[in-house]
Amino acid sequence: MSASKAYEAGVKEYRDKYWTPDYVPLDTDLLACFKVIGQEGVPKEEVAAAVAAESSTGTWSTVWSEYLTDLEFYKGRAYRIEDVPGDPSAFYTFIAYPLDLFEEGSVVNVLTSLVGNVFGFKALRSLRLEDIRFPIAYIKTCGGPPAGIQLERDRLNKYGRPLLGATIKPKLGLSAKNYGRAVYECLRGGLDLTKDDENINSQPFMRWRDRWDFVAEAIDKAERETGERKGHYLNVTASTPEEMYKRAEYAKELNMPIIMHDFLTGGFTANTGLANWCRENGILLHIHRAMHAVIDRNPHHGIHFRVLAKCLRLSGGDQLHTGTVVGKLEGDRNSTLGFVDQLRESFVPEDRSRGVFFDQDWGSMPGVFAVASGGIHVWHMPALVTIFGDDSILQFGGGTQGHPWGNAAGACANRVALEASVKARNEGREIEKEARDILTEAASHSPELAIAMETWKEIKFEFDTVDKLDVQ
Amino acid sequence: MNTQGDYQTKATLETFGFIPKLTAEDIQKQIAYMVANGWSPAIEHEHPSNKMETYWTMWKLPFFGETNMQTILSELEACRRSYPDHNVRLIGYDPYTQSQPVCFVVYEG
Repeated sequence: MSASKAYEAGVKEYRDKYWTPDYVPLDTDLLACFKVIGQEGVPKEEVAAAVAAESSTGTWSTVWSEYLTDLEFYKGRAYRIEDVPGDPSAFYTFIAYPLDLFEEGSVVNVLTSLVGNVFGFKALRSLRLEDIRFPIAYIKTCGGPPAGIQLERDRLNKYGRPLLGATIKPKLGLSAKNYGRAVYECLRGGLDLTKDDENINSQPFMRWRDRWDFVAEAIDKAERETGERKGHYLNVTASTPEEMYKRAEYAKELNMPIIMHDFLTGGFTANTGLANWCRENGILLHIHRAMHAVIDRNPHHGIHFRVLAKCLRLSGGDQLHTGTVVGKLEGDRNSTLGFVDQLRESFVPEDRSRGVFFDQDWGSMPGVFAVASGGIHVWHMPALVTIFGDDSILQFGGGTQGHPWGNAAGACANRVALEASVKARNEGREIEKEARDILTEAASHSPELAIAMETWKEIKFEFDTVDKLDVQ
Repeated sequence: MNTQGDYQTKATLETFGFIPKLTAEDIQKQIAYMVANGWSPAIEHEHPSNKMETYWTMWKLPFFGETNMQTILSELEACRRSYPDHNVRLIGYDPYTQSQPVCFVVYEG
């Protein structure tokens, strides 16, 4: 729109202004790929343009005040349409947004635009945000992980292997002292880290402050006895930011190495603030992802988890749950590897076979540990080490605490299985294929592992994935 | 006496602390892995009473670019002979991540 043109009231077709197939995106543009199903009979270009308009500068009617600014500079542009492999009902649209549409350092602002009103727009039957390419210029305005993988390893003194954790069970109902007992048993048995379940905040059966006290004592004792560094993710997710910071401050007072937050239920504003607090106070931040499957599981509507993962890396977190591929929760292997790369690498090239729609340059932003948690046990260990590599945290809840001899023996079994897998991998063995041999060999030196293998030999979670990658 | 199920806490030295002591052949395979990945070997030693400290004493400088198995093994051996009551660990440095993708205790003091 040029300011020299006269104002004409009325409704125009979106594609006149927002469909720009000749546009070559700038390095500073924020790019997005949406999967769209339009209403019957509406041309794809019009649908794509509508998405671009409604997620940037457009509204349904021309308004006179548009003429006070240069909307050609600010508008989002739909610049490409593609078929979705194997799904004729939908198509992809690629949209370029100028950098100045977004407040610096605010994934909140980016999401408010990109997944705001447009998702309820009547001209669309469904809409899914598949990927965002954040320009490096924008990334440099975000704080990112409070510590990152390298610093986290140095603080915890864990090298050359994935870290080992467990979520304390039962997830609800334990008193503070009994909870601390479960933590101590896991840590003395060989786990590096234990975790508050996400549902645990500060309920009547165990108030947060009492949990902090008993857990701190458990960590201290386990460290003294094992000679290894230990930690527990104290969940500071709370009803208000003020309460969240109060809990974080007390964790600091107790010299706890790590706290935890639920970034979707808590929200990105709280998360970014807490990440900044963690960076300033030298405390690691573990991130849970409750509510993600509400947003990311439907292949036609919502936000793909790779986008949420990217947003979390920008907002800040040192560890993020990614699913396990092999356990009880949904997760396609290639798709998971695609967003695990987004957490850990400094550059991720476009790779449609992993659902990666854009090159993504992360610059110097620290990496986030991938956390594999949910329905996994010792038999999965070689596969988990292969899939997730060293920069991951493998968390066995039931798979530690369900051991016939208790948490410590269960922890030991997992640690033996982990170290045997890492050793064999380093020796060049194909540990996923040779899983049975490697674990059986390791169990000959470890009665704890032998009985764990016996306990969980029949447990499998073989259901097909609901959200598959779009491939023929 | 039936002690099955009585799990006794072990004092361990982080990575590979839970599997049987590595044999000479095992150690060579781990060194081969480190060398094949282009990571630089380094050796550190410390008295067990200080094992939880971040910094152990370096044995000479890291052996940047060293790929000869025999050289690395003989440096490990020389470190152990000089400090027989110390823990000795082998590290593989990755300058790109500035981390230690290999780190395990080879000899216990």
